[in-house]
Amino acid sequence: MKKKYSFLLSTLLVMTLIISACGNAGKNTGTNNPGEASPEATASEVKLADKQEISVNIASEPPTLNPGKASDSTSGTILRQTFEGLTRIGQDGHPENAVASKVEVSPDQTVYTFTIRDGAKWSNGDPVIAGDFEYAWKWVLDPANAADYAYQLYYIKGAEAANLGKGKVEDVGIKAVNDTTLEVTLANPTSFFLELTAFYTYLPVNSKIAAANKDWANDAGDQYTTNGPFHMTEWKHSDNLIIEKSDTYWDKDNVKLTKINFSMINDFNTELSMFDNGELDWAGQPNGQLPVDAMQALKDQGTLHTQPIAGVYNYKFNTKVAPFDNKNIRKAFTYAINRQELIDNITQGEQLPAMALIPPTMFAENEKGFFADNDQEKAKEFLAKGLEEMGLKDVSELPPVTISYNTNEAHQKIAQAIQDMWSKNLGVEVTLDNAEWAVYIEKLHAGDYQVGRMGWLGDFNDPINFLELYRDANGGNNDTGWENADFKKLLNDSASEADAAKRTEMLKQAEAIFIDDMPVMPIYFYTMNWVQNEKLKGVVVSGLGDLTYKWAYIEA
Amino acid sequence: MVKYIGRRLLYILLSLWLIITATFFLMRLAPGNPFTSEKQLPPEIKANLLAHYGLDQPWYAQYGDYLLKVLQWDFGPSFKYKSQTVNDLINTGFPVSLVLGLEAIFLALAVGVILGVIAALKHNRWQDYTAMIIAVAGISVPSFIMATVLQYVLAIKFGIFPVARWGTFMHTVLPAIALASTPTAFIARLTRSSMLEVLSNDYIKTAKAKGLSEFMITIKHTLRNALLPVVSYMGPLSAGVITGSFVIERIFGIPGLGSHFVVSIGNRDYTVIMGVTVFYSIILLFSVLLVDILYGLIDPRIKLGRGKKGA
Amino acid sequence: MEPISKDRFKLVGLQQQGTDNVAKASLTFWQDVVRRFAKNKLAMVGVVLLVILVFMAAFGPLMTEFDYRSNDLGNKNQAPSAEHWFGTDDLGRDMFARVWEGARISLFIGLAAALIDLFIGVLWGGIAAYKGGRVDEGMMRFADVLYGIPYLLLAIILMVVFGQSLGTMIVAMTITGWINMARIVRGQVLSLKNREYVLAARTLGATMPWIMRKHLIPNAMGPILITMTLTIPSAIFTESFLSYLGLGLTPPIASWGTMASDGLPALKYYPWRLFFPAIMICVTIFSFNVIGDGLRDALDPKMRK
Repeated sequence: MKKKYSFLLSTLLVMTLIISACGNAGKNTGTNNPGEASPEATASEVKLADKQEISVNIASEPPTLNPGKASDSTSGTILRQTFEGLTRIGQDGHPENAVASKVEVSPDQTVYTFTIRDGAKWSNGDPVIAGDFEYAWKWVLDPANAADYAYQLYYIKGAEAANLGKGKVEDVGIKAVNDTTLEVTLANPTSFFLELTAFYTYLPVNSKIAAANKDWANDAGDQYTTNGPFHMTEWKHSDNLIIEKSDTYWDKDNVKLTKINFSMINDFNTELSMFDNGELDWAGQPNGQLPVDAMQALKDQGTLHTQPIAGVYNYKFNTKVAPFDNKNIRKAFTYAINRQELIDNITQGEQLPAMALIPPTMFAENEKGFFADNDQEKAKEFLAKGLEEMGLKDVSELPPVTISYNTNEAHQKIAQAIQDMWSKNLGVEVTLDNAEWAVYIEKLHAGDYQVGRMGWLGDFNDPINFLELYRDANGGNNDTGWENADFKKLLNDSASEADAAKRTEMLKQAEAIFIDDMPVMPIYFYTMNWVQNEKLKGVVVSGLGDLTYKWAYIEA
Repeated sequence: MVKYIGRRLLYILLSLWLIITATFFLMRLAPGNPFTSEKQLPPEIKANLLAHYGLDQPWYAQYGDYLLKVLQWDFGPSFKYKSQTVNDLINTGFPVSLVLGLEAIFLALAVGVILGVIAALKHNRWQDYTAMIIAVAGISVPSFIMATVLQYVLAIKFGIFPVARWGTFMHTVLPAIALASTPTAFIARLTRSSMLEVLSNDYIKTAKAKGLSEFMITIKHTLRNALLPVVSYMGPLSAGVITGSFVIERIFGIPGLGSHFVVSIGNRDYTVIMGVTVFYSIILLFSVLLVDILYGLIDPRIKLGRGKKGA
Repeated sequence: MEPISKDRFKLVGLQQQGTDNVAKASLTFWQDVVRRFAKNKLAMVGVVLLVILVFMAAFGPLMTEFDYRSNDLGNKNQAPSAEHWFGTDDLGRDMFARVWEGARISLFIGLAAALIDLFIGVLWGGIAAYKGGRVDEGMMRFADVLYGIPYLLLAIILMVVFGQSLGTMIVAMTITGWINMARIVRGQVLSLKNREYVLAARTLGATMPWIMRKHLIPNAMGPILITMTLTIPSAIFTESFLSYLGLGLTPPIASWGTMASDGLPALKYYPWRLFFPAIMICVTIFSFNVIGDGLRDALDPKMRK
């Protein structure tokens, strides 16, 4: 039932929404207002409520709260509040120093020297030392620990080799020079490394405790020590989890909430009902989901909050089987759907019609896209051309078309609507094929489909995220069987291009090639939708959909 | 008696072994594995993960290992919930489902028997029809509709009960009612029909002729005998109810055992699927045995070990 | 006990007239069953409801100009009106057309499941009881184990391996559904096969198939019929449950189960989307249940079990 959000990187420069404006409703379309005062300033002006406690839903049990083992957004949400890395993504969306008080970068941009902040402490009073980072990162890279997200650390010199068993963990470029100095050597210059150090795989762990007890992260208690704004006081598995303000946190004066109660309700109707009943302060994304049937009512009430994020909802074409091995047929199908109608009537979350691959949060001009939405004339032209190339006289001679999707209410509705649009606009017979998630994903990866739905969310704030998966026909996530030499060359060249503007230009060209070949039919760019207690302010939702409660407070 | 129980225990062991074996292999027939994800992991890391959990071993080694572990009551780690073992999941989830289940059983028995007795005593009169319509209505509504409507009316519209979650007694009321509706209906119908049967017996007529009050007859003679079929129905019923209902637990956000099962199938969390299946089967098999023994104690006419039909 | 005085009794003499025509026209067993069944008001209500449902399943879709599968996004979520009698769903499809289309599918699933259960159950239970001994033991143990595997696991694996289609759905209904029937048939045959009249037939040299056909099956017919009437609602029930889990039929096929689970989140906003399919499920299950109860009473007036 739930959408899979697998954010690799909790960074984003664009569109960070600070929920402080719009106290009295209206459609909050999430437009950032840079003139808005920072929440600290706001907080000192407004009166705080006496009780600074909130209840929110995280939909499911966090699979793990060991930062080294985590690889999902639910765990990430909790870890982001209870731990703190060398840097953290600030309210403006840019990384800022956190546990590190000073960062020095070598001239060749490959050696980072971090100085640990004076006063950074674990929740049991132990100081946070450079060795805690070294221990945590090397633990992740040790193949014996089988950490899914070890590849997040591959930017560090020797990390990939060590993790794949081709090198030694001791040789990785992570070195605690002394208790307060951490020296990290990278494999290549990486401009976004300070965003990476805010990500949960890069969090420290209390090495004294973790070395002695491998199960330290399994429950709340004195073994579970954290260094962030909050610390966990109760974890009832599959039921609820409580974090409270940490007294040992170096920046505790800026933390206003005293307690956050996370429940694990995975039925989204129940979640919204609890919100309506005052049992929750937040319902919907990023951790939950609003029922589609409720959207119209919430819009009418003016309580719906919406924010675009970096993600695109696609239908992939299998370019290895007829009829979608024909470029014009692919184009005809792509032009023949009415995205705006789909958004207005089905998804209803103010998503943007996608006539491009890369979200407008990265390339603003993609709001318009490369072609027009619902262009039936062009669609018919392409269809005629495609049929001619295939040597067919009539649409009815096309091989049967099947849309595949994984079982989910929203996907199912979209598929039915597109099925109807294709049969009405092109006159083709379309059948639907739904499968349970694990089956579906295997079918897609194995190329056992014709048209298949797939969403893609940015790992970090760079267009390369949306392009590189189509670099190789047999790349793990391509699925379309499509490959293009020019496209490939542009991507490879862009990697070594030092000039940022030139690089962007290359990526734009690559996107144009991609759209011209149309191995994928973009449908819409994602948004996040939620309702919340309007007195709750200062919750930061990043452009990748990550929540931070550090600066949140309840207005009196 | 001892010999009978011994033989039944042997059957339970055999059945368990067959169920474990069948589930073990069926599970692996399904495409996908615990590490299937939208963004594919690099193949080396995936291989490393499979090796870490012993999934790279040949099937017979995995199967043998698993049987050995089960004998030691060790169901292994969960692949998805890395901070918990399957034993942890069962130990935290089962008590919740048990409490809710017992509440539902109590409710179902009380309401069901009363409805059944009324219907039988007022056979073919309006009380009978009313009671039976209520009872049949109980089985006619699918549980997810029942739960959602109860939640909507009593929690959202009238605000009498909390919408969801687990904690106080008030939290348990709606899910217990939703869970009890089907068994209530069954018990009411069973009670009615066996009451009618008993009422037509000679000794009841004798008791009536002796001038005993109707109330006394109902309590002392009829009900006691009429409850036998209800007792035999209680076995599989309680096993089903105390191990939790996925639908009820999901809609009311209850951290019971029932929700783990369906979710674990979706996750291909092999160890959880197996663990919950084994646990469930043990409860089912033992509750049936327990009921058979109980039955023999209540009804002296039934001799254990002889003339048992089916199982 | 006090003695009973003789003057409380009176000699009436022999009454000759009318002794021959006291009895009504003699009824066959089945005529008797029908007569008793017809007296059961609740069961008759069930029959009437069911007849209406079947009639509407057959002709309902023809009564409206709307097609059950054609989207009309501009008219989504319309409340019941003169145009759309049951309102429209979230894709603007006419609920009236869909409900009766759903009736066809749901009743078909129920009926198909019941017939397949009957076929396998009678064969399995009959053979087990007839052969007896090791064969019986083995066949019934197999049924027990199959019964012990969590049903949901079986259903999900079937859906997963063979895809979510009507055929798979029916297989999922029957994969364990026949067990109940087999047990009942076996029990009946076991208890009947040693009756005196069977023994007599055997002594007279009757073959086993003949005995089966002539004595065992007709006498076991009652319980079999009752079990069948209860299989149909349980299949409709299971279908709706699987739909709730997302394992239902692939759209745009409408079944009551998929419609009800689609309508569930709409309860607060567009209640008719849940109301109509839910009420159909309830009415159908209700009808079959009271009919089953009525049959039970009619077939075995003394046992009523």
